[in-house]
Amino acid sequence: MWDYSDKVIDHYRNPRNVGKIDNADAIGEAGSLACGDSLKIYLKINNGIVTDAKFQTFGCGSAVASSSILTEMIIGKTIDEVKKITNKDIADQLGGLPPEKMHCSVMGYEALEDALKNYDDYTDLDDIRNEEEANKQREKIVCTCFGITENVIWDAIKMNGLKTVEEITNYTKAGGACGKCKGLIQDIIDTYYKKEEQEEKTASTLSPAQKILKINNVIENQISPELRKDGGDITLVDIDGNKVMVKLRGKCSGCKNSHLTLKAFVEKTLRDTVDANIEVVEV
Amino acid sequence: MGNLIYLDNNATTKVDPQVLDAMLPYLQEEYANPSSVYDFAKRANHAVKEARGVMKDFFNAKDEKEIIFTSCGSESANTAIRGVLNMNKNKRHIITTKVEHPCVLNLYQTLEKEGYNVDYIGVNSNGELDLAQLEEAINDDTALVSIMYANNETGVIFPIEKISEIIKSKNKETKFFVDAVQVSGKIPIDVQALGVDLMGISGHKFHAPKGIGALYVNSKTLITPLIIGGHQERGKRAGTENVPYIVGIAKAAELAQDHLKYEATEVKRLRDKLEKNIVKNVFNARLNTGIVNRVPNTTNIGFEYIEGELILLHLSDLGICASSGSACTSGSLEPSHVLRAMNVPFTAIHGSIRFSLSKFTTEAEIDYVCEKLPGIIEKLTNLSPFQDELEALKKLRH
Repeated sequence: MWDYSDKVIDHYRNPRNVGKIDNADAIGEAGSLACGDSLKIYLKINNGIVTDAKFQTFGCGSAVASSSILTEMIIGKTIDEVKKITNKDIADQLGGLPPEKMHCSVMGYEALEDALKNYDDYTDLDDIRNEEEANKQREKIVCTCFGITENVIWDAIKMNGLKTVEEITNYTKAGGACGKCKGLIQDIIDTYYKKEEQEEKTASTLSPAQKILKINNVIENQISPELRKDGGDITLVDIDGNKVMVKLRGKCSGCKNSHLTLKAFVEKTLRDTVDANIEVVEV
Repeated sequence: MGNLIYLDNNATTKVDPQVLDAMLPYLQEEYANPSSVYDFAKRANHAVKEARGVMKDFFNAKDEKEIIFTSCGSESANTAIRGVLNMNKNKRHIITTKVEHPCVLNLYQTLEKEGYNVDYIGVNSNGELDLAQLEEAINDDTALVSIMYANNETGVIFPIEKISEIIKSKNKETKFFVDAVQVSGKIPIDVQALGVDLMGISGHKFHAPKGIGALYVNSKTLITPLIIGGHQERGKRAGTENVPYIVGIAKAAELAQDHLKYEATEVKRLRDKLEKNIVKNVFNARLNTGIVNRVPNTTNIGFEYIEGELILLHLSDLGICASSGSACTSGSLEPSHVLRAMNVPFTAIHGSIRFSLSKFTTEAEIDYVCEKLPGIIEKLTNLSPFQDELEALKKLRH
């Protein structure tokens, strides 16, 4: 049996906001009966704020829990805030989902997205048009068993950093039945990461030498003085592409919050000042 | 009401306390290797011999030499299938069914990759085998026909004797292996009357522990061993005899023989009671098999427009254990291959639940499930996005 979090168990036992809203301002759907899970979400929207949300779900424990928590997450939020919610946020709110069940959170996200697209007052019409134009390129069905489009797979890769066909299957179900589309899925993954690489290349205008210099300057002039205030310090050890290897010293070394310092402060500062793709590693 | 109501006996069963008692001496003082020469080993040696005699009677085999002890049902099946094929290297055709247990189906898929031609016989919507298709499929090149005695998900019994006649009438050299894991301890077994060449069973499905199985191979059928090593099991299965477990499966077989009548009357009565009650009181419940020849302990019921895992989780909250043909419970994304082969409508396939009883199931337990289940289904039905369809179904059934 699945190792569900307490939050998941609580939500499938006592689902919140079950039912339908008769005069809903937006309705979204995802999944299908044949696939084994299907979700309908109803929204009431006033002055750009979601004032009520209800759901109906045909699916397993984690599908019901994902829908239930999603309604709690969006009630009282503005449309702009709601638009930012991803499937990862849903899974995180539930205290995590088993990998094989991530597609349940994706379904929640898809239903929400569908509802927002159907919302009459949806203001960013240009956005939708541009998006739809781009989406048309990717609307081809990849997995015929579950009717999963390239678009859905692309979004799942983008939002969750998926890298293998197996992960794609866990998140979207694509490839989970006959498996004939696994080659196609691999092609999509390859295309995605090739594209990302190119984007990265064009984005970074600094030459490698300039970059090293800048990282060194930021560490010396911005990061190190802050750490010294707390009795610690930092030394730059090496740089490999976007990977910055550092050594924590003084009180920082061995501090149980050093991981936080590294990610929330050191990495964030370098990302803000030098390159958004920098990753800081302690050596 | 106790906190556990175990209705998943096709998955595994509780070890009978009498089986455990019979095993204990061989886990404690009688630990000798039955192959050793000293007197101390004689009792262990004798225990294995005696157990083989019990298993001979259990299968109604002709000779004790026709019994091989294995570690499980999967090993019995793998030994039988590989063993027969290795002895008939010039033949490349196998026939099986679309609804076999995965342990057999996955082996056939492997054999296909190794160059064998495998035909998979279908079933009708009641789960009954298409015998005409079977007859047509048998040819001169057919090395093996491999068919389960009863299906683990639906309990539907296949007409083994009739199938045996069909096979022999088409090709006398074709061997017939029967996976009898789901009937042992539930209906009488008679390999001679059935005319089968090989038959596999597994102890933990009839109140022996996990880790012991048996394979019947009639004296006219030659097989190669799967596990090569010592001389044990007459060279058909190497490895020091698992004396306590061999004693255990024999004790379980003995008890099962005594309980066959109880299975056919009392267990069946409770199963029928559960089934009738659910179908009567839950408007979106449907029996997935229809009234056909089934093992007495199994029922498979589809709840339309709701999902099986969710039902199991809610049953589990009440201590009720059952299983589901739904995709979500297994970790695979596909619903049961058995129910799909039967063309169970997709409105019901994901919400299909199997209840399997045993001699330990009590009337009070069945009454408790009958009392609680309709409420659970109603709660979950209210969650479903298919309210219009459910409303139409309600009108239709009333």
